[in-house]
Amino acid sequence: MGIYIMKRMLITLPLLLAVSFLTFVLISFSPMEPAEVVLRAQEVPVITEELIEQTNEKLGFNKPFIVQYFHWLIACLQLDFGQSYVKNAPVWSLMGPAFMNTFKLTVISSFVIIAFSVLFGVLCALNERTAVDRLLRALLFGFTAVPAYWLGAIFIFVFSVKLDLLPTSGMDGAKSYILPVTVIALGYIGLYFRNIRSAMLNNLNEDYVLYGRASGLPENKITMHILRNSLQVAISIFCMAIPIILGGTVVIENVFAWPGLGSLSISAILSRDFPVIQAYVLIVAVAFVVFNMMSDILNATFNPRIRDGN
Amino acid sequence: MNVLKNLSQDKLGITSLIFIVVLTFVGIFAPLIAPNDPIAVNMQLRYASPSWEYLLGNDHLGRCILSRMLYGIQPSVLWVFVALAASVSIGAIVGFIAGYFRGNVDAVIMRICDVMLSFPVYVIAIAIVAILGVGLGNILIAFVLMKWAWFARIIRTSVMQYVELDYVKYAQAIGMSHPSIIVKHILPVTFSDIAVVASSSMGSMILQISGLSFLGLGIKAPNAEWGMMLSEAREVMFTRPELMIAPGVAIVMVVLAFNFLSDSLQVALHPQLRQSNQSQQKLKWFKAPAQHEKEVVK
Repeated sequence: MGIYIMKRMLITLPLLLAVSFLTFVLISFSPMEPAEVVLRAQEVPVITEELIEQTNEKLGFNKPFIVQYFHWLIACLQLDFGQSYVKNAPVWSLMGPAFMNTFKLTVISSFVIIAFSVLFGVLCALNERTAVDRLLRALLFGFTAVPAYWLGAIFIFVFSVKLDLLPTSGMDGAKSYILPVTVIALGYIGLYFRNIRSAMLNNLNEDYVLYGRASGLPENKITMHILRNSLQVAISIFCMAIPIILGGTVVIENVFAWPGLGSLSISAILSRDFPVIQAYVLIVAVAFVVFNMMSDILNATFNPRIRDGN
Repeated sequence: MNVLKNLSQDKLGITSLIFIVVLTFVGIFAPLIAPNDPIAVNMQLRYASPSWEYLLGNDHLGRCILSRMLYGIQPSVLWVFVALAASVSIGAIVGFIAGYFRGNVDAVIMRICDVMLSFPVYVIAIAIVAILGVGLGNILIAFVLMKWAWFARIIRTSVMQYVELDYVKYAQAIGMSHPSIIVKHILPVTFSDIAVVASSSMGSMILQISGLSFLGLGIKAPNAEWGMMLSEAREVMFTRPELMIAPGVAIVMVVLAFNFLSDSLQVALHPQLRQSNQSQQKLKWFKAPAQHEKEVVK
């Protein structure tokens, strides 16, 4: 097991390097000259050629590309993502709190998704091909086709405006989580409960179930065994859902005015605040890679077959 | 063809197909079909209710909503389809090279795919819009740039199944060139897998791209696009909620149609699926890469 974890982590390192390099390359395509941007941000009244030269010299913008990359990478490792062009504050001071807000929303949504995916998956599997199964599947299939932002707007209209039960937007206490979490969850439950359902159904045909039945084990005990084995799928879904939602909350955050990474990045795009965008891309991509690694390791912990397969 | 025959037995599938075909025609010929000019502003008709001249009523600038919906088919659905076709083509070429030749070429290509798949699509779309500027074209470029890696990976797995078969080895033995083996012997058998993969991502791509338009990163005003129409409608949501209906329902219907079609296509191309749930096991490779699920971002 230890060897598997080591291996998996070692694969992750070059991947992280490649991801950071790609992020750096991507943003360096931006049309603005970095020195000019820095000077503008410092509100220098007259920007001369000479001044640009000096800034280039001072900040190392005239060094070879690869040297610049390593300087940037080392700074990033110390959470120094530079200065925002627009807000005149270090990028991390904007990014840190926003990341935490998005992360909270993501983790809570993932818990809700897992709980309901298991619930509906088990319900459908135990009632396979009955009305309950058909109805639930049709309903959840339908929700995967609904644009999250549209559903969000409808929810705000119904629950916040008409019924006045919940806050329309912002992040203000536990109540403000209900709508965004529901909207995020509805989209994903429809994708994930299918996996639980088919895992349950596959388990139903395994030998151990036949053996249990043959030895006269009560049906509810057999169900518990099946459930335990199917929960593996639930764990891997949970790990998979976190990075996906983390990278996909942009629209939801916008609808509910959630002060997270998504909102921050959209305003950064519209004001062309490149250091913020660069940090956003890097942080989400790194989180994505790290959570994927964790999900693989967790999967291998619970399912030795994956471990040995590698 | 057999596939069409199979598909025609599936009512939901054939209905979806007809819906999509009709929608495509309406989208292409929108200028001929639409009753009014979609960008003609008429402040006297602000928020007018449906009438015989304006069947779906008018928006905040008095523009004909029906005409805007019809013109919106092109950017909301047809251009997404073009982007999908482009990324599937790139993915297919790369996947064929990796799966057919294996070895170092394969290893390098797969590592590149790993890196590409480390970025959530939304994040890259945002980065590319930041660099190239706001516009539907730039969003589509971002999707083509990112999605090919996922298609390449799945198509490679599909190709690898067939490369080892005897008739391919025989073709190699008699000295057929690699490109003609790929085109004559492997492409036809993998085509069904490619069709299923492609159709299954169409729905989520429509949702994602309309989402970016909703954020104001897509098509520029005054052009009509469903996501943008929803974003305009949201501004007046509290007083005129009915404006949210048409574009929202349209998106749901199109995405549902593509999802149904994709499911039916899968059954039509692999009829053994119909018999039992268990035989889904046989198609496990199709779900195999964990990344597949990961890309279904909403």
